[in-house]
Amino acid sequence: MTPVEETINSHTIAVLVDNEPGVLARVIGLFAGRGYNIESLTVAEVSQDEKLSRITIVTSGTPMIVAQIKAQLGRLVPVHKVSDLTLDGPSVERELALVKVAGTGEKRVESLRIADIFRARVLDSTNESFVFEIIGDTGKLNAFVDLMKPLGLVDVSRTGVVAIARGAGSLEDQKN
Amino acid sequence: MANDLMMGSHILMTALKDQGVTEIFGYPGGAVLPLYDAMHEQNAIRHILVRQEGGAVHAAEGYARSTGKVGVVLVTSGPGATNAVTGLTDAMMDSIPLVCITGQVPTHLIGNDAFQECDTTGITRPCTKHNYLVKDVNDLARVVHEAFYVASTGRPGPVVIDLPKDVAMGLGLYSTPDKFKHKSYNPQIKGDAKAIKQAVALLAGAKKPIFYCGGGVINSGPKASALLTQLVRSTGYPCTLTLMGLGAYPASDPQFLGMLGMHGTYEANLAMHDCDVMICVGARFDDRITGVISKFSPNSKKIHIDIDPSSINKNVRVDIPIIGDVANVLEDMLKVWKSSQAKPDQKALKAWWKQIDEWRAKDCLKFVQKGKIIKPQYAIQRLYEATKNLDDVYITTEVGQHQMWAAQFYGFEKPNHWMTSGGLGTMGYGLPAAVGTQIAHPDALVIDIAGEASILMNIQEMSTIAQYHLPVKVFIINNRYMGMVRQWQELLHGGRYAESYMESLPDFKMLAESFGGVGMVCDKPEDLDGMIDEMLKTDKSVIADVRVEQLESCYPMIPSGAAHNEMLLGPKDEADRPISEEGMVLV
Repeated sequence: MTPVEETINSHTIAVLVDNEPGVLARVIGLFAGRGYNIESLTVAEVSQDEKLSRITIVTSGTPMIVAQIKAQLGRLVPVHKVSDLTLDGPSVERELALVKVAGTGEKRVESLRIADIFRARVLDSTNESFVFEIIGDTGKLNAFVDLMKPLGLVDVSRTGVVAIARGAGSLEDQKN
Repeated sequence: MANDLMMGSHILMTALKDQGVTEIFGYPGGAVLPLYDAMHEQNAIRHILVRQEGGAVHAAEGYARSTGKVGVVLVTSGPGATNAVTGLTDAMMDSIPLVCITGQVPTHLIGNDAFQECDTTGITRPCTKHNYLVKDVNDLARVVHEAFYVASTGRPGPVVIDLPKDVAMGLGLYSTPDKFKHKSYNPQIKGDAKAIKQAVALLAGAKKPIFYCGGGVINSGPKASALLTQLVRSTGYPCTLTLMGLGAYPASDPQFLGMLGMHGTYEANLAMHDCDVMICVGARFDDRITGVISKFSPNSKKIHIDIDPSSINKNVRVDIPIIGDVANVLEDMLKVWKSSQAKPDQKALKAWWKQIDEWRAKDCLKFVQKGKIIKPQYAIQRLYEATKNLDDVYITTEVGQHQMWAAQFYGFEKPNHWMTSGGLGTMGYGLPAAVGTQIAHPDALVIDIAGEASILMNIQEMSTIAQYHLPVKVFIINNRYMGMVRQWQELLHGGRYAESYMESLPDFKMLAESFGGVGMVCDKPEDLDGMIDEMLKTDKSVIADVRVEQLESCYPMIPSGAAHNEMLLGPKDEADRPISEEGMVLV
């Protein structure tokens, strides 16, 4: 038998599904029922004509587990396509966060300065608070949130990762 | 009539009829009354009234497994649906094609905790292959046709259609089940040609090969079993079957090593352990088969044929996966095998068979029938001897020791004649499954080999048997214990038989008679053959209560946490090799 690779890696998986009632419950139920991790999950309709939704899941596991996750997703009846964006060629990933920071004086100025460095936008401002909008990969968002902590971080709301393959091909054309 | 508006309940009946359904197993209730009304007005579909919804699902499983058709169930909302859950899970685990229609409260009451409401699609989501809640009567016909397609295509499984009462009473359009391509569910049927070539080359070069085959062969249809038999015979290699696969290869064939796994034969398990090439056909490396994974067949290259990609590399890493339908793949394999004029290493193969014959010589299923008490193995062996030359015999079982003994001592020559609950291990499966099997094959001999504990779990189905005059034979291996529980308590828990003794058993003879059947009791070995003869001659239903040795354990056995080559052959091995603590926590 080939030696079992035990390294646990994070994978971003894109799933194209029929946008029908219960489809998200099926996907989440699969992860819960079989003990897989969900690190992040986003879902929204992407084609109104065909009633398709795209789910992006960030999960982690050994190569054998991740292959299992893909196979299990693939056998759900309303699933059209499963792609492991981490493995199937280059892809881009983005996440959006809304970050509320409250403070006055030097801390307030400092938070604005850092936001500028990170190219975060100010969406809302009062005399003692900002709401920043920041877009980037997960690492950048984590770094930004960490820097805001000592400056009066109040609330964070994040979308979770969305991802797409680079190049001209679509998810549906891709070979499984 | 294509454009005529029809009531939902009539749309359902028409759709079922167009799907070729001739029998439904069910139980009425408030939410499905319109459906029963529509049923009442037609003659194409016969309804079999069970006595509990759980029985309906197992009956449909027996029907499906013995015919290869989709089994159909109709139950009401709430408790009707929740009672069906065990059967649905059973069908999910054993890949049995079912369509189960559940009534639901009217759409405007859904979510209101209405009378007999439950979240059926929520509850059944993890235990069905797919489920539907039909909210628009115009979707109903399409959903029914889709449900049959999903249930029977790819790896089969149960599908639930939850039908609110107002939808069943609403007016809508019917559509026929024209050949349609499902927009997302289209499983791969044909195996990859390159992988098949590689597999044949690997097989041809094997020195110690084994075929390990399971229920997938049966699910693929009788042709798959015929092709498997051809391939195994043209290779000259040994073949073992899982519990679910029994009948896929003739038991009387000299190349058959018997069942493998926890209570499989010594030769089958040792051959699995020592082989150099294993070809797994339609089986899933279940924990009852592999024993402890880390020691499972350590030196073999593995080929795995399965229609379900998620079965590949789930428990055991394989070298050559082939995704496809078993019959389709075996047909291609056989062609490649013949055209490549594969010549296995006859010298190596001879040595391999010599080794296997040495294992066989252990005679691992040996038992001694002496004294005044019937050995359970003897009872099943005599039943087999009395029925093996009959034309059409279908065996169902409950779950436990008797099930394992039936698998060990009853030989199956053909597929679809063995109905047992493998994956879920559902006590109470056998009697209703026998009902379904007998409905499908009215003139066949259907025997439920049962235990006295299991049979009581769905004993109410005796009433169904009475109503439809089904000549089902119930052959109870009665040891007054939940035998398998007792055996594990003996093995793992110091013989503390907590709650495993069956107190207050009914008089099974009187019980049979009270349902219009014939009751028989046998407690002497010399009377056994006579009783079996009498049972087979009776054209009514029979409960035969065979009083057997109480403390007999089922051997051989791979204890939890052990490997194939660490089998216990009998009580003596057990004393020599106590189970590890690690093994104790496993089931």
